[in-house]
Amino acid sequence: MDAGPVLWVLLQSLELESVRRGRAKPMSGVMKRMGMIFRAKANKALDRAEDPRETLDYSYQKQLELLQKVRRGVADVATSRKRLELQLNQLQSQSSKLEDQGRKALALGREDLAREALSRRAALQQQVTDLETQHTTLQGEEEKLTLAAQRLQAKVDAFRTKKETIKATYTAAQAQTRIGEAFSGISEEMGDVGLAIQRAEDKTQQLQARAGAIDELLASGALDDPTGMAKDDIQAELERLSGGTDVELELQRMKAELAGGTSAQQQAIEGGTDKAQPQQPQDTPRFDKQ
Amino acid sequence: MIVRIMGEGQVRLADGHLTELNKLDDVLLTEVQNGDGPAFRQTLQALLAKVRELGEPLPDDSLEPSELILPSPDATLEEVRDLLSDDGLIPG
Repeated sequence: MDAGPVLWVLLQSLELESVRRGRAKPMSGVMKRMGMIFRAKANKALDRAEDPRETLDYSYQKQLELLQKVRRGVADVATSRKRLELQLNQLQSQSSKLEDQGRKALALGREDLAREALSRRAALQQQVTDLETQHTTLQGEEEKLTLAAQRLQAKVDAFRTKKETIKATYTAAQAQTRIGEAFSGISEEMGDVGLAIQRAEDKTQQLQARAGAIDELLASGALDDPTGMAKDDIQAELERLSGGTDVELELQRMKAELAGGTSAQQQAIEGGTDKAQPQQPQDTPRFDKQ
Repeated sequence: MIVRIMGEGQVRLADGHLTELNKLDDVLLTEVQNGDGPAFRQTLQALLAKVRELGEPLPDDSLEPSELILPSPDATLEEVRDLLSDDGLIPG
């Protein structure tokens, strides 16, 4: 935090000087500089302690805290992932409902209604695709953090053992080197894990904001009806249409029954009523107008 | 020589590979400084692939510090630039 810009300036000046002298650049690569920056950070923390052995306990405390944080991170990411899965299910069932509506509308000869249902479905599918991408991202984060937690746990355990040995066996002066070795290794790991946690938090926060928006949409029923018209107007229209069809079918069935009964009766009825009646089947619009 | 790949862990590499890695590493830094995103991504992936290929993973409970540290595979150019310009980004 504090030494950052200073270190950078130092690195720059080193490089400039070396260039001026025509020597090989000492810090000419990314991984070399990063290695140095991490080491500088560890050394600085170590230098602050009066008795380096105090650093051991303090660092161990920090390690346990970080371990807790990583585990919480894993749990948070898992929660977000599950929420996404729930939303995906809801969106997908909504999507197949629209597909069914489209099919039904087409069967009833209402291509306009089918088109509307399918275009709503296309909009939903876009959401589904987005969520699926996010889901993959979250799964990746969860996996990475889980592995990070495992690595950190192994290192923290090793550090605890080493810490006890150092404290029991060495004087402050002797301990210095030993501590330095153990400390820079664990400090580097903590820096790495700390960054991983930050990145995961950033990612889940972004995703949570979007997930919240989708939850609101699902709750408001707006996804049922992206056009802002009456709630699920397609369903209402379909029910109206198929309701009419059922009545028609029933009528036809009854007529057929009557016709099949006795031909005399049939003729009597037909003679006395409408001659056009036998051609009537399937002609829905005519029925609607009557 | 020990190399850390951030977010992945550490590997041990024979010192003989250093020259080869250094070349890519130098190119990578130039690309970071020039803000050349696509080239940066390509070089970073090449460098990571080399390190993974040549290196032997260190056990999880190893406490050895790394000499070289590589950004994680999905790190952006901006993130790497920030890491290099301000170590305040590294927590702990």
